[in-house]
Amino acid sequence: MNRNSNTYTVLYAAIMVILVAAVLASVSMALRPMQKRNFEIEKKQNILASVNIESSVADAEKLYAEKIIKEYVVDAKGEIVEGADAFTTDLKKERSKAPEDRLLPVFECQTEKGLKYIFPLYGTGLWGPIWGFVALNEDMNTIYGANFDHQGETPGLGAEISTPMFEAPFVGKTIFDQSGKLVSITVTKAGQEAPPEHKVDGISGGTITSKGLQKMLLDDFTSYQEFLKKKKS
Amino acid sequence: MSEPLFSKKNLKLLSDPLNSSNPITVQVLGICSALAVTAQLKPAVVMSISVVAVLALANVIVSLLRNTIPNRIRIIVQLVVIAALVILVDQVLKAYVYDVSKQLSVFVGLIITNCILMGRLEAFALGNRPWQSFLDGIGNGAGYATILIIVAFFRELLGSGTVFGFRIIPESWYITNGGFYANNGMMILPPMALITIGVIIWVQRSRNRKLIEN
Repeated sequence: MNRNSNTYTVLYAAIMVILVAAVLASVSMALRPMQKRNFEIEKKQNILASVNIESSVADAEKLYAEKIIKEYVVDAKGEIVEGADAFTTDLKKERSKAPEDRLLPVFECQTEKGLKYIFPLYGTGLWGPIWGFVALNEDMNTIYGANFDHQGETPGLGAEISTPMFEAPFVGKTIFDQSGKLVSITVTKAGQEAPPEHKVDGISGGTITSKGLQKMLLDDFTSYQEFLKKKKS
Repeated sequence: MSEPLFSKKNLKLLSDPLNSSNPITVQVLGICSALAVTAQLKPAVVMSISVVAVLALANVIVSLLRNTIPNRIRIIVQLVVIAALVILVDQVLKAYVYDVSKQLSVFVGLIITNCILMGRLEAFALGNRPWQSFLDGIGNGAGYATILIIVAFFRELLGSGTVFGFRIIPESWYITNGGFYANNGMMILPPMALITIGVIIWVQRSRNRKLIEN
C-alpha cells in the first residue's frame, strides 16, 4: 500500500486516535475510585487544617471521624435540610443556583478549645476557582482558623493564599461589626484603610486573587447569615 | 539479527547519554523541567522515573510503528504517542502518589513538550529496531535523571538543609536557634538551578576535553 497516499494517511490518523482514546478512557475509569479517595482525604485534611489540626494522609480519615462530630446542610433561612450530605455537596454547583435554593454545608468540630463551626467557601481568583474552609468560634463571629486553596493561581503571587503566612492573620478577626451587621473580612492593599478587627493584609502582586478571596468571604458569609444569626442568639 | 542483545554497540546506547551525549549538559535539552522540579529530591526522582518510562515506551512504540507511519504526519503520530503515555503516567500518579502528583502539577503534562522526547523519537526511534530504541530511551532518560537528581540533591541540601525530606543540617546550627548557619534561600529559586547545571557542565567539560568546542 502506498504510505504517502491521502487515504492511507487519513485512515492511519483516524484509527490511531480511536485506539488511543479507548485506552485512555478505560484507564481513567479504572483509576477513578482511587483518585476520588485521594481527593476526599485531601478535603478532610483541609477541613481539619481550618481548625488547626494537622493530619497526614494516613491518619486524616481517622482524625476526621474523631473530631468532626456533626455534618449537616442548611438552607438560606438557616434551617437544616434533611437528607443532604454535607461532605459531598458540590459547592461549584450550588453557586450556580439562586441564593435561596443553595445548599450550605456546615461542619461541627470538637476541639480542645471548644466547639467550632467550619464553613466551606468557594469563589473565583484570577485564573480559576479558589476555595477554602473557615472555622468560627461558638460566638459565630470570631474566626478560629482558615485554610485556603486554589486551582491555578500564579505561583509566588496569588498562590500564596494557601500558605500559613496568609492564613494565620485571619485568626481572631471578626465578621460582624458592633451593630451586628455582617462586614466580613477585608483583604487590603498597603495603605488601604479598614477597621483592624475586620481586615487582613492582601498579597502584593496578587491583588486580583486577594479581591476574589475577599468577595468569596463576603458572598459566602452572606449566604450563611441567617444560620449564623440563629446560632448566635 | 545475530547481534547479541547487549553487544558493545548496544551498551553504548545506554552509556553515551550518561556522559558524552548527555541530553541536558551536552545537548542542552529539557532544561525547563530541570529548573522547575529540582528544588527537592522527591519530585525530581518521580519526574525522572516518569520521563524514563515515557521515553523508553514511546521509543519502542514509535520504533514498532516506524514502517507504517505516513511520512507527512509522523510528528503528529509521535506527539500522540507521547501525549497518551504522559496522560497515563499522570493518571497513575494521581491514583497512587497524590501528594507528589500535586507537587509536580503541570510539569508532568509538560513532559509532552520536553524536547528530549521528540528529539529521540525523530532522531533515533524512527530509524532503528525496537530493542535498540528501548535502550536509547532508557539511556537518555537516565542521562536526564542523573542531572536532575544531582541538581536536586545540592538544591535541597543547601536550600532547605534536608535530603529526601530528612534533616541533614542540625536544627541547632541555625541562627534562629542560636547557631551560625542559615539556609541559602537562593537555592530554592530557579536561577540557582541554572547555575548548578552550569557548574555540572563545567565540571564535565574539564574532565572530558572532547566536549569543548573551539
